[in-house]
Amino acid sequence: MNYQQYLNSRISAVPPSGIRRFFDLASSRKDAISLGVGEPDFKTPYLIRDAAINSLIDGETQYTANRGLLELREEIALYLSGRYHLSYQPEDQILVTIGASEAIDLALRALISDGDEVLVPDPSYVSYAPGVIFAGGIPVPVHTCQENEFRLKASDLEKAITPSTKLLILPYPNNPTGAIMEEKDLSEIAEIVIKHDLIVISDEIYSELIYDGHIHISFAAIGDMYPRTITINGFSKAFAMTGWRVGYACGPEEIISVMNKIHQYAIMCAPRQGQVAAASALRMGRENNYEAVLMMRESYDRRRRLMVNSFRQMGLNCFEPYGAFYVFPSIRCTGMSSEEFCSRLLQEKNVAAVPGTAFGSSGEGHIRCCYATAVDKITVALERMADFVSSNS
Amino acid sequence: MTKLETSILDILQDDCRLSLEKIAVMTGYQLEEVAEAVQNLENKKIILKYSPVINWDRTDRERVEAMIEVRVTPQRDMGFDAIARRIYRFDEVKSVFLMSGSYDLLVLVEARTLKELAAFVSGKLSPLETVTGTATSFVLKRYKEEGVVFEQDETDRRLVISP
Repeated sequence: MNYQQYLNSRISAVPPSGIRRFFDLASSRKDAISLGVGEPDFKTPYLIRDAAINSLIDGETQYTANRGLLELREEIALYLSGRYHLSYQPEDQILVTIGASEAIDLALRALISDGDEVLVPDPSYVSYAPGVIFAGGIPVPVHTCQENEFRLKASDLEKAITPSTKLLILPYPNNPTGAIMEEKDLSEIAEIVIKHDLIVISDEIYSELIYDGHIHISFAAIGDMYPRTITINGFSKAFAMTGWRVGYACGPEEIISVMNKIHQYAIMCAPRQGQVAAASALRMGRENNYEAVLMMRESYDRRRRLMVNSFRQMGLNCFEPYGAFYVFPSIRCTGMSSEEFCSRLLQEKNVAAVPGTAFGSSGEGHIRCCYATAVDKITVALERMADFVSSNS
Repeated sequence: MTKLETSILDILQDDCRLSLEKIAVMTGYQLEEVAEAVQNLENKKIILKYSPVINWDRTDRERVEAMIEVRVTPQRDMGFDAIARRIYRFDEVKSVFLMSGSYDLLVLVEARTLKELAAFVSGKLSPLETVTGTATSFVLKRYKEEGVVFEQDETDRRLVISP
């Protein structure tokens, strides 16, 4: 049968993920050291796991409210007000989703009408542009570069705006670059948002992973941005809970209720045990001043310094990434493209990194390396990479 | 303790083979500052020794370990310290702790054979004049020590590449 004629043409038109090919390549090599992971190397703290285990023992196996357990939404409200000065009502402004990924998809589907343009900083997380296309919109990449530490500049943003522009996705701290946005950067973006009457989806999943004295500022906390912002966050990165799939979206009641309309028909609710675990993560965090998060952040920070230092020693131009757990060095001095560099590094040195181009064309000349890996592995991987670079530059 | 000292202890406790240079990079301090801090920690007897965690069960070395609960009569002016010192000087003794609860000292003893260990308890430990009683429990299997889980390989279950 020719299935092509049955498949949705809009979805078929989106090319397969650039990361997928690399995944297949790297998976076939048994002993490769991977700097290509995108998740913490910690397990979820045991007390959090224990809360979910107890919930199962107690027979809590039913659906929850569509919007998520009220107890969890109340904890999220307390967390966001305590950490980021954001005030959201648990009853109608917070929606618990299956990871931040679902929240992003819901926001796009709730807001985009056919032909709407959506601004996406480039490079960025791989699912924004396809999500926009699936929802009927047109993703418009906004170039960011190493000279600006991969921050989104208001001038570059404004150049990309047309009368069809409706949305801006603001993903900081950023995957893959590790870039952050400081208050001044955000205020400049806010002016453009007002001037062009945009709505902003602020994906702050890495908000807790920010280093060297920098602090995370939520976009909705910037003057006048609250009614224009959907704040998206989750538990995967800060609490090492990737496999639990729990995230959330917060924003104006009118938008959240439309997102919930899609969520209730498509998903019903996020899995209960994940929600129970997430609620206990926030409750314990509130009680012990986020001890587990701080311990993990401290550990990432040490490895971050180690990795940045090593790249600079091998002569790679590497800006200081203050967020997430990625370093995004430039490999231009080798004369190779990102793809070629990563393919050969894997074949010749058994080290996996992700080509910057997997995250958008502005990632050309860079590779993404994750430092959420044991120090001894990072050390060996970097030694091999240093060999590779010196024999190729 | 300074922030640097705390960081150094965290790092070394996890892997005491890391070089001072690497620790300096990881903490964001100068090499000299790190070297001085480590020296300080050693001088203050905060760092006593750099030793690996060994799973002896995977070696062919014969070895028996026991935990001995010891009841003693404390001595005037010396409390439990004098008797603890008497006990910890034996080479067989790996650790000695003063405990709250139904006994006084917990003594961790290691010997090559059961016979040697029995000889230590009956011949050396019990006869000490202030020791009023002992209860010996043998270690059958070690599951976790110094934060390291012994029985399973902690494999990385993460996807090799993920977005």
